[in-house]
Amino acid sequence: MRAHIDLTGGERPSSAAQEPWPPRRVEVRGYPGNSVSGRSKAAGAAMIGLAGAGLLACAEKPSPIRQITGADPKRGLAVIEQEACGVCHDIPGVAWPKGQVGGSLAGFADRALIAGRFPNRPEVLTRWLRDPPALSPATAMPATGLNEAQARDVAAYLYTLDDR
Amino acid sequence: MTARTAHDSFKGWPPPVLDPAGPFATPLSTLTWGLLAMCVLVMAVVLTALAIALFAPRSWRRRLGGERLVWIAGLGFPVVVLSALLIWGLSLTARLTEAPRPGDLRVRVTGEMWWWRVAYLDAAGRETFQDANEIHIPVGRPVALELESTDVIHSFWVPRLAGKLDMIPGRRNVLRVQADQPGTYSGQCAEYCGGAHALMAFVVVAHAPDDYERWRAGAARPAEASLHKAPGALVFQNSGCGACHSIRGTTANGVAGPDLTHVGSRRTLGAGVLPNNTGTMAGWIADSQAIKPGNRMPAYPVLNGQDLRATADYLESLK
Repeated sequence: MRAHIDLTGGERPSSAAQEPWPPRRVEVRGYPGNSVSGRSKAAGAAMIGLAGAGLLACAEKPSPIRQITGADPKRGLAVIEQEACGVCHDIPGVAWPKGQVGGSLAGFADRALIAGRFPNRPEVLTRWLRDPPALSPATAMPATGLNEAQARDVAAYLYTLDDR
Repeated sequence: MTARTAHDSFKGWPPPVLDPAGPFATPLSTLTWGLLAMCVLVMAVVLTALAIALFAPRSWRRRLGGERLVWIAGLGFPVVVLSALLIWGLSLTARLTEAPRPGDLRVRVTGEMWWWRVAYLDAAGRETFQDANEIHIPVGRPVALELESTDVIHSFWVPRLAGKLDMIPGRRNVLRVQADQPGTYSGQCAEYCGGAHALMAFVVVAHAPDDYERWRAGAARPAEASLHKAPGALVFQNSGCGACHSIRGTTANGVAGPDLTHVGSRRTLGAGVLPNNTGTMAGWIADSQAIKPGNRMPAYPVLNGQDLRATADYLESLK
């Protein structure tokens, strides 16, 4: 389980039972114009340190599971451009078109689910990319006609799209 | 991979200029190079005269300052050169815009915001069938294109086959094209005609004569009746698509938008901007406004996923 520490008051942390709830809002002072005492400066620095630790914990990705052997993200991007996936999706790395039918794929590597329904794992994604209606009959995304290798390349490209 | 990839769809794009592929484009290329050569020559002479005036010894400069030279180089030379170039240019391009002759193949191309309506005419000039954004011609035979516009001024330009010619509302301009080799020759609207002007492309497809006759016979026929039993056909009908689009052989008989009788066999969607596959078709129907803002087709966010796919499948089946 990933440690998830929300310092601004969001959802309840899942694994940090020792944290007080709701978490205190962090007020970072010290912007020009604020008068900041030495003590509150130190407290602010400690808070920022804590926040940093939290972010680092978030940054640990289960990356090996998203590796696709033999697939090439560059080829994947070429396929994406050839098929014009951008007609429905805003895809980082594709200049035009940036469609809004199927939602942005920015940060796709960090998503838990494909189309909000299926676990975001390479073999599921590859199947999805080839024939979405086979998995989800109500979807608007049509079968793409990609072959297995092309779908794996596209998946490899999508897994380069993380939030950072 | 779907029927056609972007690579095939956009063969010949962007269109190269000064690379003529037919007898009506060659003189233009010659003329362009001739004018350029003349410009370079005149520029060289003027710069040399300037250099003499600035840096040469007094005796040279005196010769340059005489009144006779002004008459000769300042008036006589330009009149002779420009008149000669004008006559040469007019004689080179005279054949390009001749009126259609009996026996000519005639195609009417109408510029619309922002696509190309293409009507194939019989010998008497009557319309036989319509298509869009693709002009099919046989190789080795001149084709008279009758260029018109329904809204604003567009300009028809397929650089490898002919020069630019404006499409002016209320006028019919004739442009003759001919391709010497089978292939695809891209074109583009060359006169700013509104927001999506840059997304108004087309392609001329040149076939060997036999292939052309086969293509034309197929394109003139309505789509196969069995295709209209697909689930998407019902969605198409119930969604009112037929108010703007025609599919010959069905009740869809709208004339505002492109004829869709054989839309599945087109190379591109949206007038040369997207490859034509089920995905792009679905995306175009759902929200063409995100792709080509301001185009006359409204977005159709009312269709659910299944209906959208069914419609796209149906349209793609219309080969």
